[in-house]
Amino acid sequence: MALSKIWVLAEATDGKVTTTTLELLTKARSLADTVEAIYAGGDADAIAGQLGEFGASKVYTTGDLAGALPGVPVSGAIAALVEGGNAPDAIIAATSYVGRDIAGRLSAKLDRTVITNNTDLEVDGSNLVTTEPVFGGSTDVKTTFTAAGPHLVLVRPKSFVAESAGGGAAAVETIAVPDGGKSAGAKIVNRHVEEREGPSLDEAAIVVSGGRGLGEQDSFALVEELAKLLNGAPGASRAIVDAGWVPYSYQVGQTGKVVKPTVYLAAGISGATQHMVGMKGSKNIIAINKDAEAPIFAVSDLGIVGDVHKVLPQVIEALKAR
Amino acid sequence: MNVVVCVKQIPDPADPGALDPTTKTLKRDGKLILDESDSYGVEMALQLVTTAGGGEVTLVSMAPNGEVSGLRTALAMGAAKAILVSDDALAGSDALGTAKVLAKAIERVEGADLVLTATESSDGYTGTVPEQIAGLLDLPSVTFAKSISIEGSIVKIQRQTEAGFDDVECPLPALVSVTAGVVEPRYPSFKGIMAAKSKPVDTLTVADLGLDASQVGWAGAGQQIVSIAEAPAREAGEVFEDDGTAAEKIVAFLDDLKVL
Repeated sequence: MALSKIWVLAEATDGKVTTTTLELLTKARSLADTVEAIYAGGDADAIAGQLGEFGASKVYTTGDLAGALPGVPVSGAIAALVEGGNAPDAIIAATSYVGRDIAGRLSAKLDRTVITNNTDLEVDGSNLVTTEPVFGGSTDVKTTFTAAGPHLVLVRPKSFVAESAGGGAAAVETIAVPDGGKSAGAKIVNRHVEEREGPSLDEAAIVVSGGRGLGEQDSFALVEELAKLLNGAPGASRAIVDAGWVPYSYQVGQTGKVVKPTVYLAAGISGATQHMVGMKGSKNIIAINKDAEAPIFAVSDLGIVGDVHKVLPQVIEALKAR
Repeated sequence: MNVVVCVKQIPDPADPGALDPTTKTLKRDGKLILDESDSYGVEMALQLVTTAGGGEVTLVSMAPNGEVSGLRTALAMGAAKAILVSDDALAGSDALGTAKVLAKAIERVEGADLVLTATESSDGYTGTVPEQIAGLLDLPSVTFAKSISIEGSIVKIQRQTEAGFDDVECPLPALVSVTAGVVEPRYPSFKGIMAAKSKPVDTLTVADLGLDASQVGWAGAGQQIVSIAEAPAREAGEVFEDDGTAAEKIVAFLDDLKVL
């Protein structure tokens, strides 16, 4: 049995729908008869083709938010749509900045629970069953909803594989944004983009990440050099992001990016729960760590108990010599 | 400048966590400590109050068994007082139930200009409670702040984004969630630890907050765990002690994968 309707919160950058949104649309198609998208942005017409191709028959858009943070206006618009008698069985968003803000606000507005950090969704009768990994991904917890819908779900990126359904463009329908009242007013006044060279951390086939075992900030240059030689992306554990060695955009893990590259090389990373959740799905894992007991070795295909300051320069030298 | 900081007292992350097979919730029977993620909010709040030249920091927490050890840590850092909601009826609360309790507790703090939270707890990490609290209190909010400053009735924030960060402005009163690393949390001084012992902790029940027990705990949670299973384990491969050939092994491994 399938659900009758699911809404997917769509996100896009520069007129291109995010891969995570396409993953969610693909999964939603297999769970419900009708899939529709909700989109906050001025370019819904430009992305209606992509949304339709992956299964959305319609996209509801709030239009451009004029710099307002999306949590309040978008949850208000969705709540109005739900209260207008148009409620879906479930509303699915990515575990992203935008997704969490909107789902949290919407949860309070609709008085509905929101189940977060999911990696799988199934339909059981007329209910939705979610899967959430806990304890660093060693345990899967399945949860179902006990109250009336719409059920709110946040899904982690890369949980599903995006597949085109070959559909035509989604119909675009503009929805009203209610006045945010006292909640309104959080506004973006300036954006700063941190430029990065090479492939993005999300999409690189090879990721080389560094952690506290690097000892000092300057040693991160080894990670960057190796990543560049391998045409990969440099990443980092939360420990060295918190220490201010590298920007947050490098962070792999629960609170950072989820990566599933062909090769993940962890240099000086012990493998805290929070990190493992973000990289356990990599096809091949190489770990270098001084501590033979480090949890990272339990998931690595090739483990080196050694000093990253010795091993990384040797690998760099060997690759340069080829 | 009066700041409320939501803090969570959690089992020590150094001890491996476990789910209770009967209740299917995290076991919380051991001693609880201040979630490290919350120490950044406490420090930020203390600094904002100092910069403003007046006001105080109030802690708000929800924990079983009247647990205060984590609160004492934050009081020792310099917070003035705390509200603790502790009630058997709270067991099994989902994120929204937690937010309802914290929102009601925050409402009891008079003249709060700003509510600070972490972006997510280190044990449950739903990451939705801050926005849920803001929604329930009808406050504007900014999540993922990596820098906060106050200018008159406006809070200015550098907010993390996928691509870098945004400068965001928000009218007060407001709720802001702060990232780890936003400031360096101070270590409580001996004087602070001694002073914390006599700082007021107002312990309340669900009924004290004017909430109905059906809105929180198992009764109010709109979700139910149906199964707990071990995830398919990833097989560990070979582990070598570096004998000078580590680099060769790594290059050969990459070669086999044809990624060079």
